[in-house]
Amino acid sequence: MTRFVERHPAWALIVIIAIAVMLWLIFAVWPPGLEEAIGRKRVFLNALFNGITLGGLYFLVASGFTLIFGLMRNVNLAHGSLYLFGGYVGYAISASTGSWILSFIVAFILTALVGVLLQVLVFRRMEGQDLRQTMVTIGLSIVFADLMLWACGGDFYQIQTPSWLIGPIELPLLTAIKSSGEPVYLRYPLVRLVILLASVIIGVAMWLALNRTRIGMIIRAGVDDRDILAATGVRIQIVFVLVFALGAGLAGIAGVVGGTFQSLSPGEDIRFLLASLVVVIVGGMGSIPGAALGALIIGLAEQLGSVYIPTYAIVVTFLIMVLVLAVRPQGLLARR
Amino acid sequence: MSVTHDARVHARPATAQRPAVRGWPDINNPAAWIVAAILLIMPLIANGFFLIEIFATTLILGTIALSLMFLAGYGGMVSLMQLTIAGFCAYMVAVFGASGNANISLGWPWWLAVPMALTLATIFGTLGGALAVRTEGIYTIMITLAIGAAFYYFTNQNWAIFNGHTGINNVSTPHFWGVNWRSDIPFYYIVLAVAALCYFAVDYIARAPFGLALQGVRDNPRRMAALGFNVNAHRVAAYAVASFIAGLAGVLQVWNYRQISPGTVSVGACIDVLIIAIVGGIARPVGPYIGALVFVLLRTFALDFLVKIGLDGNRFRLLIGLGFLAIVFWSSDGVIGLWQRWRQSQRPRTDRPSGGPGHG
Repeated sequence: MTRFVERHPAWALIVIIAIAVMLWLIFAVWPPGLEEAIGRKRVFLNALFNGITLGGLYFLVASGFTLIFGLMRNVNLAHGSLYLFGGYVGYAISASTGSWILSFIVAFILTALVGVLLQVLVFRRMEGQDLRQTMVTIGLSIVFADLMLWACGGDFYQIQTPSWLIGPIELPLLTAIKSSGEPVYLRYPLVRLVILLASVIIGVAMWLALNRTRIGMIIRAGVDDRDILAATGVRIQIVFVLVFALGAGLAGIAGVVGGTFQSLSPGEDIRFLLASLVVVIVGGMGSIPGAALGALIIGLAEQLGSVYIPTYAIVVTFLIMVLVLAVRPQGLLARR
Repeated sequence: MSVTHDARVHARPATAQRPAVRGWPDINNPAAWIVAAILLIMPLIANGFFLIEIFATTLILGTIALSLMFLAGYGGMVSLMQLTIAGFCAYMVAVFGASGNANISLGWPWWLAVPMALTLATIFGTLGGALAVRTEGIYTIMITLAIGAAFYYFTNQNWAIFNGHTGINNVSTPHFWGVNWRSDIPFYYIVLAVAALCYFAVDYIARAPFGLALQGVRDNPRRMAALGFNVNAHRVAAYAVASFIAGLAGVLQVWNYRQISPGTVSVGACIDVLIIAIVGGIARPVGPYIGALVFVLLRTFALDFLVKIGLDGNRFRLLIGLGFLAIVFWSSDGVIGLWQRWRQSQRPRTDRPSGGPGHG
């Protein structure tokens, strides 16, 4: 952090000012002039929180994508299909047993199994041929999409939120002060906050696992130089299978999350594939902190964009990607 | 890097036989002459449905896939945004020309709207290419896919220019010299002329200095840079050429269907173009057209065929996906590769006794 400030004082200043403005926008009571100019504070805060929670969901999807890419150089374009598969599994479990938690566990295990099968049966046979692997993932995504359309039809599904998470809670954030002088606080759906918390915990756990454990050390070494790692006697195929299982399982969990606070339908696989592509392009490919930062930026841009410039929201996302590619083609937090 | 690798294997014998490189390789090939003759007299053979729905559509899709083949086969850049460029050009034809949506279309005559659309599409594709060449290899797929998907969602959301998810309907088609150029037979000849033009242009560029330099950039960018070639400029120029070709196909596509909507530029359709190019074979310009023919035939008749053998007719995409997987697994050079391998396996038995007429 201090090195960044020393190297780029101007950028650091801009970032600090932006954070300060953001904090003021969140905590202060807006003066009437500002409310007239850009709308009510409640709308802004809602968009902000939606953006952050959407970022959490994007992080869950993209972290698996970036982990698989970083270690195996495999651009898994079937990742969106794994997301949708996890969502459908979660829906089936939660509809039949009524347990939300159980649906997460089963979705994780089943998508991880699919991931293991893919790695063992398909990708292991064409190791080192990145482009061919990518082509195969494209073919697989088409096949999966059609199989899921066959099995589940074109309907929208939504996973039932458990009763103890339904309803909004009041956050200690002022949105306005009534004429009577009584403060109005922001009310926000509890389930989204829980999901955000869960994705933060998963992110931190992944960071810890990667940076503080032996297997994490092996994975990081594999990201840096796969061949030398294999030469030191690590059984790299097992590491590959484990990482693929973890990445796929995370996509499955994300599917359940997405099915809870959005909905599941054919086409969502492409949407989340695009989201994870943009997130890892912005954040830096193969980097978990990069995926977190990218997910936050893209989630915020999407939600704030859809509130303040509705017809051009997607362009904002795209412009961010273009800007990052123009300034730092390897992504914001990539080490290369 | 299997796909580009295989294109490289093909380039080698071509450079070994110097005279064949200079001339048009098709001119001594009787099969090429037969195919050309059949295509020319096609309106006598096929009726309206086959002429437009099968052959004209094949040629249009094949031309879009040809632009991808040019980038991937000679430049080593697999771009998934070729259909997006074609769709952008189609949208521009509809916006600048006349259509049923009078509040959007400017109503220019076609000879003004088409060059405008082609120019804009080329600029669009070149800018996208300039973005994509900032990274390499596998990243190109991701960035171009992101561009394609962003354009799809943008056309869905934007009502001022792209008219949201309903798209632009009743696009007018050219009428001049007393001919309605959208009636079946004249339209088929327009499509055929454009496809032939693009095919021979790609064929020519591949042997021109620019194309040879591009193939050098594909094989060893570092060495080409050391030799004084501007690697990125060559790549961006390749994107410009490919965008122009894709734009031409886009014009034909909007004239064919007389409407354009976001469904035409969806991510699935972008991937279909890649499938067409890979299935046909990405090492030669003729591959995309073969792939497009297979794809269009499957798309048109798979439903009837599947129902006839007692399966669910809606599983057409499953069939396409499995076929694509099979091709990627067993032949990284598509149908052409299979054909050549078959020929080679036949050769020892047929050619050796007669002394091998193939060694000209």
